[in-house]
Parts: sequence; structure tokens; C-alpha cells
Amino acid sequence: MTGRWQLFARRNVWHLLLVPLCLAWIYPFVWMVAAAFKTPREMLIGGLSLLPDEATFENFRRAWTTAKFGTYTANTITFSVAVVMLVLLVASTAGYALARPRLPGKKLLVGVLIATMFIPHGYTIIPTFVLVNGLGLSNGLLGAALAQAGPALVVPVLLFMGFFSGIPKELEEAARMDGAGYLRTYWSVMLPLAKPVIGTVALLNFIGAWNAFFVPLVFTLGNPDLRTLGVGMYGFYGQDTTDWTGLAAAACIGVLPIVVVFLFLQRTFVEGIAGAVKN
Amino acid sequence: MKTDTVERALDVSAQSAPGPRRGPGALRRNLWSYLFLVPTVLLFGGFTLWPMVASWWYSFFNWDGVGNPTDWVGLANFREVLGADAFWRAFWHSFAFSLAAIFIEMPLALVLAILLNNSWLRFRNLYRLVLFLPVVATTAVIGIVIAILLDPAGGLVNRVLLDTGLVDRPVNFLGGTSTALPTLLSIDVWKGFGITLIYWLAALQTVPKDLQEAAAIDGAGFWRALRFVTLPVVTPIAIVILLLVFQRSLNTFDLVQAVTEGGPDYATDVVPTYIYRYAFDPSLRAPRYGFASAAGVVFGLLTLAITLLQAPFMKRRMTRSAS
Repeated sequence: MTGRWQLFARRNVWHLLLVPLCLAWIYPFVWMVAAAFKTPREMLIGGLSLLPDEATFENFRRAWTTAKFGTYTANTITFSVAVVMLVLLVASTAGYALARPRLPGKKLLVGVLIATMFIPHGYTIIPTFVLVNGLGLSNGLLGAALAQAGPALVVPVLLFMGFFSGIPKELEEAARMDGAGYLRTYWSVMLPLAKPVIGTVALLNFIGAWNAFFVPLVFTLGNPDLRTLGVGMYGFYGQDTTDWTGLAAAACIGVLPIVVVFLFLQRTFVEGIAGAVKN
Repeated sequence: MKTDTVERALDVSAQSAPGPRRGPGALRRNLWSYLFLVPTVLLFGGFTLWPMVASWWYSFFNWDGVGNPTDWVGLANFREVLGADAFWRAFWHSFAFSLAAIFIEMPLALVLAILLNNSWLRFRNLYRLVLFLPVVATTAVIGIVIAILLDPAGGLVNRVLLDTGLVDRPVNFLGGTSTALPTLLSIDVWKGFGITLIYWLAALQTVPKDLQEAAAIDGAGFWRALRFVTLPVVTPIAIVILLLVFQRSLNTFDLVQAVTEGGPDYATDVVPTYIYRYAFDPSLRAPRYGFASAAGVVFGLLTLAITLLQAPFMKRRMTRSAS
């Protein structure tokens, strides 16, 4: 009896450590949500209570319109969706082509892709910026999306390649017997099978693009209306470091959507990250 | 559903005679395959390979980004970078982010991973979720939220410290030259902790269950099982984790730029913010693309040199996983 109690105590004593740690860990998020509903006056007077005396939506209104976070949200969605579409289309076609074991030049291309993963790039943002300017795309989010998607391709290409290689050749031949050409086989037969890979790649790149900062920052320097949420937050803070409730509301607009996406799809996301280690 | 389709397809192909594997059809398919590779070659070539080459090329010019680079200056940019105290200061700060990640974040994450890997621990998935949450938040946004919490004039942390009497006057965490870097390092560890935790948990999952059970039957206690079963299995993966964590932490930019912009008085300047300042800072009258490129190239070479120190381990791991 005492032995079992000891075991019970020994196993549950960890919660005494973990619960406070976790509370402190997510405190910035809790504070952010609480502060977003407080009036600036209440914030100024202070008081450590998290619950606002009288909840207000004024901060969100100010962040959404005056600080343009409505525009920034639309930009972020456009940018992220564009990056995901680019990566999915480009990586799945390449992965499909590279799944052919006897394609001449395959080894070279795969070798180059993998090598760049391990070679530190130094900082390549300047040539990227020059290139996008040269293409005449510096005044839109498409240029930024290209610059974000290009370096993000390697892992998705390898994932698609691995997946398509694992599909029995007979399936493809059967499709050909039925009269489906190369393009049709890819689009109507192979791509629908690749849903799990599509899901992982889409989610990882969506979160990556939503949280991107360097590329959107550099590509919106000359055009503040194209800022994404991260860059917008930086601009807001740079202009007004004292509007804490407004900043908190802006932070909620920037962070909460992606946290919700993550909570719904956490398993896919966590497995995608863990995959980097396992392979 | 999926296996269904595959099986049906297998049936079909079993009934019909296998088609010729080579011939004009194969040639046409190869052409199609190359067509399918064009987008990748363009996008990857344009935004990964070309910038790597062009960085080198630009670094030999004195160039403000207007028109084509024409003012060839040879190695002058490199001499200036290597002789600039500000560059080396930024490099050591970048390196400090790596050291913090490797010597603080990695061991702590391993300890928590070992704890959270126990199936008897209740709520372990919830704990894991909470610890992972900072990872999915945009660095620039949550970094600014924390900057507000740390504000010396009325920020929550200082208020608590003052109320409890731990300090007599507010600590200017991000505004003091001696406290700013350690503060940013701590925020960075908090932010990246969840990823490293997931890496370790994935590594611990590879320890075979029967091996653990065998150790338990042989009467090995927790520490002995850890020392002789878990760690030997995990070590090769730990080297990969080390490399991933090293690369990520060395390239810290978002947090520093958003929260301190490298200040106060360059006390938190890292190489990426240093490069950004010379190439893109809006307050700059003439950007120095050539010089900034040279700084990027030098940084890349230094990173490569440090990475190569880990290469022997990597090679062993590669050959092992290949066999």
C-alpha cells in the first residue's frame, strides 16, 4: 500500500514543477489577449488583474482600421496562400518527375538540392531582391512570395519524390493503358493519392509564410500598404511604443489565427517537424 | 480508400500484358519529366543557387544597387569587413545565440523530453502543446508583446519585481547595454524551445520498446537505462539536432530586428541585422550592396567552417543510415 502511494506521489510530484512552468510559459499569450480588451486608461493605472474592468473592442477597431491591420491580414493571407500554391505546384511536379528511377540527370539534380540544404547560404537576400526588381515584381506580393517559396522547395520536393517513388509502377501503367497521358496521370491519378504529403507541405509552408518576417520586410520597404502582419506589428511598434492595448489587439490579430490553425492541425505539424530528425 | 485504388490498379495491370518499358513512349515521358522539372529549376535556381553565386560577384563591387555593378574594387570590401570591429561584434552576438541554443536550450529540452516521454505522466500532451505554442507565434509579433511586458516604465515584469521587493528600481531589460543581449537570448530560447523538444521526443521514440523492457527486467534503474540504453540510441540523432539547432539559432534576425534593431548602442547587433542595415535601412542615403554582400559571404564561410567541424560526425551518421 505505501509502495503504491510512493509511486503515485513520485509520478505526480512532477506536476508541481510542470504546471507553474507552463503557466509562466504561456503568460505572454494570456496577457496579450487580456490587455487587448482593456481600456488604455486601465492599462495605465496598472493593476495586475487579467480580467478587464470593462471589456472594450475599441483596441481592435483602432488596430484594424487606424493601424491598418485589416489590410495587413488580407496581405498575409494572400502572401501565405500564394507561397503554399507555388510550393505545392512546383514541388509536386518535380517530385513526380524525379520519382522515375531512370531519368537521366536525376542524381545530379537531387544531389544539388540536398547539398544546398547543408551549405550555409550566408545572406542571399540582396541578389534575391535585385532579381525580383529586375523581373519588375517589386511592387506586389508575388515577388515576395517567389522569394519565400524558392528556398523552401527542397524538403517538399524530396517528400513528394519519396511518396511517388513508393507508389507501385503498375498503377501508372494501368492509367496509361486506360489512355491517360503523362499530365492526366499526374493530375487525376497520382496527385489525389498524395493527399497526406500535400497536407503536410501545405501546413508547414502556410505557417512558415504567415510567420515570415525578413522577406516580407525587405519587399515592402517601399510600399507600406503591402505589409504583412509581422512587418505591420514592427511598423506599429516603431511609430508608437506606448499604445500597449492597441499593440496587444494587433498582436492578437497577428497571432491568434495561426494558433487556431495549429491547434486544429497540430498532429500534422508536429510530425512534419519531427520528420526532419527522423529522416 | 487509397489501398483500394492501388489494388484495383494492380488487378488491371495483372490482366493486361505489361507494356514495353522503353521505346518512343519512354522518350516522350522523359521529355515530359524534364518539362515538369522546369518550374523547380527556375525557382530554385533563381532564388537559391543564383543568389549564392551572385553574392560572391556583388561583393567585389562598390555598388549602391542602382543600375549594374560596375565599380570593381577587388577585395576592398572583404578587407573592410574583416577589419570592422562592428562586424566581429555582430558575429559574436550571432554566435551567442547558437551557444545559448546549444548549451541551454538543448539540454533543458532533452530533460523535459525524457519527462514528457513517460506514458504514465498525465496531461503530457497538454504540456507538450503549451511548450510548443511560442513556436507557431510570429516572432516579430510575440517579441514585441514581451518587450512591452519587460518595459521599465510600468511593464508587468518590473512591476512584479518592484512589488515583491526583489529590485529597488526598474530593470531596463532591453534598454540596458549589459542586459539587452541576455534578455534577447532568453526570449529566443523560450521561442525555439518547442522545436528542440519535438526533435528530442522524435529521437526518444526511436528507442526500441523491447530494449527498454529488457533493461527493466535486468533490473536497470532509471539512470542506468538512460546511460546504457537511451543515450546510445539517441546520440547519432543528437548530432542532426545539433546541426539543425545551430543553423537556426545562428541566423536569428526577426527577434532582434523587431525588438531592439540591434541596439541599444549595437549591444544586440547580429550579422543579419548588420547586413540589413547596410543594404536596406530606409534611413540610409546610399545602400552599400557590395559591402553588405561581402559581409554575407564572410558570414557564410564562417558558418561553413564551424559546420565542417561537425562533419566527421555527420558522415558517420550518413553512412550508417544509408546501410
